[in-house]
Amino acid sequence: MSVQLFTPPVLGDPRPVSDRARPRGLPGRGWLKLVSPVILIGIWQLLSATGVLPPSRLASPVSIAHTAYNLVVTDNPAYGTLQASLLVSAERWGIGFSIGVVIAVILAVFSGLSRMGEYALDPVINALRSVPLLGLLPLFIVWFGIGDLPKDLIVLLGALFPMYINTFAGIRSVDPKLGELGQVLGLSRWELVWHVVLPGALPQALTGLRLSVIGSLLALVVGEQINANAGLGFMMNQAESFLANNVIVVALIVYALLGVIADSIVRLVERKALAWRQEFAL
Amino acid sequence: MSETAAQTESGVVAASVRGLTKRFGTRVVLDELDLDIKAGEFVALIGRSGSGKSTLLRALAGLDHDVSGELAVTKPVAVAFQEPRLVPWKRVLDNVTLGLRDTNPRRVAVAALEEVGLTERISAWPLTLSGGEAQRVSLARALVRHPALLLLDEPFSALDALTRISMHRLVLRLWQRHKPAVLLVTHDVDEALALADRVLVLGDGQIAHSSAIDVARPRDRDHPTLTALRLRLLSELGVPAAESAS
Repeated sequence: MSVQLFTPPVLGDPRPVSDRARPRGLPGRGWLKLVSPVILIGIWQLLSATGVLPPSRLASPVSIAHTAYNLVVTDNPAYGTLQASLLVSAERWGIGFSIGVVIAVILAVFSGLSRMGEYALDPVINALRSVPLLGLLPLFIVWFGIGDLPKDLIVLLGALFPMYINTFAGIRSVDPKLGELGQVLGLSRWELVWHVVLPGALPQALTGLRLSVIGSLLALVVGEQINANAGLGFMMNQAESFLANNVIVVALIVYALLGVIADSIVRLVERKALAWRQEFAL
Repeated sequence: MSETAAQTESGVVAASVRGLTKRFGTRVVLDELDLDIKAGEFVALIGRSGSGKSTLLRALAGLDHDVSGELAVTKPVAVAFQEPRLVPWKRVLDNVTLGLRDTNPRRVAVAALEEVGLTERISAWPLTLSGGEAQRVSLARALVRHPALLLLDEPFSALDALTRISMHRLVLRLWQRHKPAVLLVTHDVDEALALADRVLVLGDGQIAHSSAIDVARPRDRDHPTLTALRLRLLSELGVPAAESAS
């Protein structure tokens, strides 16, 4: 996952502030998190080199890196270049994910702030949530054809549900005593929402955002493999018919990297936005 | 309940309560209670837990609309709660200015934080404050609203003894400078004796006892008047002299 460049100061840290601060840019102990993945890849390479792991099942890391390089520099007639596929997939994901998150927040604010909104929306959304998302895909294709729309929609829904559930719960978990405080301080309803309710819901909403990243990525991977003519999923499908399992692995790695990058961005936002929380992290 | 911006008798009364009644189910917590607080008067309200002290305060703060009777308070009213109730995601200064309608809220807030001795914690996050510091921020937040009536709901009960003593001094200093009417709800008889012009005991849903304290501040804990009054108040609270002698 993401590399943590610094440890936030801990409550009760006995060292003076000047000792705690590390100059910007210098790596901390974050690199330690890279040790185990590197060892794992080393073992994988070893197993491939000694023939324990045959290339017909899984190629060696070196061979996969070579395939990835070739996919970038040559325009393969069957599946184009890697970067072109990535662009198509990233666009689908970006559209579906961002619209899904925005809709989720609007719905959660509406149902979180009013009983009427809750009764109107929450049961419906919870019922829809229990429909297996990926099972909707054939229906979406019947409804919306085989273009980008059904794929965007499935990604949208993959982002929407976790974001909605967590933002709603976050709004409802805000301490009612702070609501009373707002009343005593003479805050208007809008000021109360803006200064108290929404920031109070933020920690859980950001957790929801991280789950949305995962949910929408999963929806993307599945959605893209059905009836697509471009993108990483299309590339994987083509590779399957050519028995090029190296290409499939490369596509999977790119998906994983997309997820890791998006998750790191959310975590960065989390660290900035939730600076008020004293995290008891060592 | 009728709530009027109290223009009661040329503004000499900060709060006026008539026949205030509050029920929780069948239990009557406040029973036809009458109370007047003069402008600038420091009143302490003591009572056993569950006697309805906080209920009365919440009614005066406008937080409880489920009461009957007449209630008139001179606005603005400010409240400091038992837990300081600082908004954790707002820095100290922004907590003080929250909801403040003033042409220069920042300047007023800085001045108030200076008064409570927290100038250097102005941009700190509330979760990094000690209990005493947080309570001082809460006091500053109440003060910047220039309250005619300041309601203090056991604001010192969670503090250690030493911090509590310095908070008592601070509250007295602020009160003497700004002269709001104060209603301090507490279960600490000594706190009431150290601070108030008048001590009220709440019992059976009414003001069961009222004593004016005519001793100059700062007060010596062992002042004979206070010693006598302490025994009196404790017996009003149902703690007989022999028991309280220790």
